[in-house]
Amino acid sequence: MRTRDSEPLLQVEQLKKYFPVQAGLLRRVVNQVRAVDGVSLQIASGKTVGLVGESGCGKSTLGRTILQLQKPTAGNVFIAGREITGMPHAELKACRRDMQIIFQDPYASLSPRRTVAQIIREPLDVHHIGSPSERRRRVAELLEVVGLRPQILNRYPHEFSGGQRQRIGIARALAPRPKFIVADEPVSALDVSVQSQVLNLIAELKRDFGIAFLFISHDLAVIQHVSETVAVMYLGRLVEEASAEDIYRSPKHPYTEALLSAIPVPDPKRKSSRIILGGDVPSPAHPPSGCPFHPRCPAAMDVCSNVPPPRTDQGGPGRPHYVSCHLYSGAES
Amino acid sequence: MSEPPLPMAESRMSDGKEILLSVRDLAVEFATEQGVVRAVDGVSFDVHSGETIGLVGESGCGKTVTGLSILRLVPCPPGRIAAGRIEFKGQNLLEIDTGQMRDIRGSQISMIFQEPMTALNPVFTIGNQMVDVLRDHEKMTRRQARIAAIEMLDKVGIPDPAVRVDDYPHQLSGGMRQRVMIAMALSCGPELLIADEPTTALDVTTQAQVLDQIVSLQEEFQMAVILITHDLGVVAEVCSRAIVMYCGSVVESGSIEPLFEQPRHPYTAGLLDSIPRIRDKQIGELPVIQGMVPDLLQLPAGCRFADRCDRASGVCVESRPQLDPGAAGQTAVACFDPIDAQQ
Repeated sequence: MRTRDSEPLLQVEQLKKYFPVQAGLLRRVVNQVRAVDGVSLQIASGKTVGLVGESGCGKSTLGRTILQLQKPTAGNVFIAGREITGMPHAELKACRRDMQIIFQDPYASLSPRRTVAQIIREPLDVHHIGSPSERRRRVAELLEVVGLRPQILNRYPHEFSGGQRQRIGIARALAPRPKFIVADEPVSALDVSVQSQVLNLIAELKRDFGIAFLFISHDLAVIQHVSETVAVMYLGRLVEEASAEDIYRSPKHPYTEALLSAIPVPDPKRKSSRIILGGDVPSPAHPPSGCPFHPRCPAAMDVCSNVPPPRTDQGGPGRPHYVSCHLYSGAES
Repeated sequence: MSEPPLPMAESRMSDGKEILLSVRDLAVEFATEQGVVRAVDGVSFDVHSGETIGLVGESGCGKTVTGLSILRLVPCPPGRIAAGRIEFKGQNLLEIDTGQMRDIRGSQISMIFQEPMTALNPVFTIGNQMVDVLRDHEKMTRRQARIAAIEMLDKVGIPDPAVRVDDYPHQLSGGMRQRVMIAMALSCGPELLIADEPTTALDVTTQAQVLDQIVSLQEEFQMAVILITHDLGVVAEVCSRAIVMYCGSVVESGSIEPLFEQPRHPYTAGLLDSIPRIRDKQIGELPVIQGMVPDLLQLPAGCRFADRCDRASGVCVESRPQLDPGAAGQTAVACFDPIDAQQ
């Protein structure tokens, strides 16, 4: 199953997703919401990219647009070397068994009228994988993988707790043996003591099955635990991207620094030196000119409000550390 | 006022500080189709004037119900305060009539909720809603109330308060709505604010802003705050004491330094370990608390944490531990075999 490490399993190039804003009787398009505005990304087999950002930054839309659950406005997505953007419907459907999604809300993402067995089997039915007896065997095997007892096969989702439901959702995503999974805030709805159980499970799956993950979360602490690479998103763009080690040890973008310092730490001695950002995230329908972060940035210079910062590599040889910020672009202040 | 002193687990901690609120043996039950559930079972704690106390636990542990009980806002039916006393400035809130309770709500004790959008009325401007609260409790003309409302919005850090006062809730961002809720809750200068997960629905950067605001307002108004949250990080940042709840009862309580540095209850220790936090290096596997919270309909006879606890022995399964005050500088803990510093 493994592809060579040098050839990324998932390649995203300049992906854009704009939503039209309509107004008036004729529903004329008066504006565009730039939810995803030119994102490029690579994920190798068995690796995880953690995508972090605040609500409304476009991280979920990016995940869905990569999976072609939403039609991109522009840009290309390749999975295992094949371009899936613009693919005819039938061909795309066949490709879908390679890419799955785990949703945030384990209450809303499982049909209340289906049994656990039916839920987990569904992708196998849709993609005509295996005979009925093989499908049954596969479902039993998946339950064991995600740590659920086989006796629960004929029970319904409402009988389970949030953590167990999330395990069912994970089993369903694993059913067609995907190569790539988008995990969209998979632990945000769970309690802390259950969160770590599910995070450990995801780390284990990545190791055992060599699946590539795009792990979306607003929580940098959760991201650190599962990711090799971390990408920070703000208003539809990636502002920083580096190995997990580098991003936590030496964050470069002022937004990443603020995000890291805003996390409440369970240690009363560390009465923090928090960077408190002013204002709110601007609306993606009216993004600020220049660098989208400049109105809230403690280090903003004159150039920031006029010129969008270029993406530069601030890392050493062999360990890229991309930043889009004028502090590193060599611009005059 | 002349109530005899109650047996208090934490009475020695009240030396020199005035007890504002005292909850004793509170029990709250809910009637469900499957039977009666005791969501809160024998909870006791004190809140001193001007302090910030954290009420921590996972979903279903009874922390919100405890908060609602103080204001007698538990929906009845199906809920019912089955036992206990809630004394606010010496007066048992469970015995006064509804009119008196109404006067206390919003003026002496206020509450803010997790989801500001559902707590605000969408069809009235925020100014309108704030004026209502003010005029309900204080003798004021509409004009005076409006000026007071604008002043309050300014205090909580709303830009352009004189303009924003005429906005509807949907015109504001999540962080701004929570600020409006705080402004509304504080407009009558309460002595106690109950904040139920006030920052859970907000982004981290907004959460930092709002927490900062609560801390500075708490100092300015000299009020006590009960912060209900699942996030131990938030507790460590803003509280001086905390109460940890599990399955309807208090398992550990005390000042935050010993609580976070030398937790004595295995549940508190497990919870602290399992929080995903930023570490210097990635670690192989996050520590976890095995299993899950028991069903409130089928609670075990003994310690409710026993089946998830790796220190549990025979006695833990047979009987329920009571909250023991512990030595000076230690936390109070309800456990037969607390973790001690020597181990």
